[in-house]
Amino acid sequence: MTGRRRRTARLHELPKVWLRHQAQNALAALGCLLRAPLPTLMTVAVLGIALALPGGLYLLTANIKLLATGWERETALSAFLTPDTTDVEAARLADRLREHAEIAEVRVITSEEALAEFRAYSGLDDVLAGLPANPLPAILSVFPMSSPDEAASRERLARMLDALPETDLVRHDAHWAQRFEALVALAERAVTILSVMLALALLMIIGNTIRLEIENRRDEIQIMELVGATHAFIRRPFLYAGAWYGLLGGLVACALVVIGLLLLQGPVSQVAALYQARFPLFSVSLPALFSMLVGGTLLGYLGSWLAVSRHLRAIQPI
Amino acid sequence: MIHFAHVTKRYPARGDALRDLSFSLAPGEMVFLTGHSGAGKSTVLKLIGLLERPTRGQIRVNGRDLGRLSVRRIPYHRREVGMIFQDHRLLGDRTVYDNVALPLVVAGLGPNEVGRRVRAALDQVGLLRYERARPVALSSGEQQRVGIARAIVARPPLVLADEPTGNLDPDLSWEIMRLFVRFNQVGVTLLIATHDHALIQALPYRILTLSEGRLVNDCRGSGR
Repeated sequence: MTGRRRRTARLHELPKVWLRHQAQNALAALGCLLRAPLPTLMTVAVLGIALALPGGLYLLTANIKLLATGWERETALSAFLTPDTTDVEAARLADRLREHAEIAEVRVITSEEALAEFRAYSGLDDVLAGLPANPLPAILSVFPMSSPDEAASRERLARMLDALPETDLVRHDAHWAQRFEALVALAERAVTILSVMLALALLMIIGNTIRLEIENRRDEIQIMELVGATHAFIRRPFLYAGAWYGLLGGLVACALVVIGLLLLQGPVSQVAALYQARFPLFSVSLPALFSMLVGGTLLGYLGSWLAVSRHLRAIQPI
Repeated sequence: MIHFAHVTKRYPARGDALRDLSFSLAPGEMVFLTGHSGAGKSTVLKLIGLLERPTRGQIRVNGRDLGRLSVRRIPYHRREVGMIFQDHRLLGDRTVYDNVALPLVVAGLGPNEVGRRVRAALDQVGLLRYERARPVALSSGEQQRVGIARAIVARPPLVLADEPTGNLDPDLSWEIMRLFVRFNQVGVTLLIATHDHALIQALPYRILTLSEGRLVNDCRGSGR
């Protein structure tokens, strides 16, 4: 039969045919969306908001975490030595403490170093220059061994250090840092849960949009099946439409997040100025924006795939 | 080309549409299928195009056992069967050209090849000048010819027509029949369901008559 010969003759062209189909379908699907700009815009806006919420919250928590890594270093216990302790005595005490089983490392910050550091951070040069002597004591930064019951060991170390005659004051911010970390972890978990829920909502929105589209084109689908269109052929434009919805939604989400962060930038830098700078301004990370685009596209494709595989089967030519 | 062996088709709601039906069409034959409405004409065509599966019996088309054809292969089978409907089944929002091109696009042909073949098919049915028009702008007879162009554009070896002249006046019906005769002359096998007795009696082709799902007569038109 001539049909058979035609088919084999075309066999080597299959990849080309396939690619052309893909490109045609992708463009045609986009064209379809753009031909009905208002409904498309509405859908895309809803998708954008659904994507921007978890995306924006994720960036927010990521930035706060970045801020917290600065404090993690300070989970060392700070033992402020009495003003009359000399640097030599401080070094000797540090050596002695390093022998302790629960101590990983002791760093000596001499009163000179403490002064230099304070000067650098505070910007109170003039005031400091006016003082007759260095008012700051030497400090021992004591890093406890990490252990399962770190909190208890920290308590014990604090009491031990406090009991030493050379120490004036022992400070440890661990509780506060831990509590903060726990809060950040909680926020992250909440963002994850919210993301999953919104991803499901996104799937349903796209699925429903595609389902309506399938219903609208029922006659066309039937005729295509009559003239020998494969399921893959019929499915393809809908899958592309879903992916386009997702991608456009992702773009809207990126715009929303960027705008949101720009709006936050002013107040954040004010806060930063009040705290003498040194903590990072909220930044938009490119990978986060990129993953919103990719995630949106994938969710769009998947939502459409779910709708198509459920509803196309129901359409048979008659 | 077509071989029915003891085919029964039962619809749950309506009972038996076909009962133990057996007949054969040789390649290159042109055959009319006639009978009252509800006699099973459309069911025969639907079974050949795999729009339906038989309840019992075997159907072979173009050497292929349709009962063994997987769902995945159905589209490829349909590409070798051109189908024409009484209600044309055209897409109103596409041009005549796009409607006729559909089977070729679906089969993945390149745009140049599609253009060449669509124009050839439109030329055969005498509608080349309407390629940019929408089907609704055409008369009923012209729309039917668009449907015919779509059915033959992929050059299938077998063409099925379900009441192709059902809505047409006698002159237009003759025009359509002349088209079918011409296709038949170049080797296309045609099975045409119709209840237009005057028309088919006037043509020298084989006539299968169905009644209540059974073959009751297999004769030849007088060709007067």
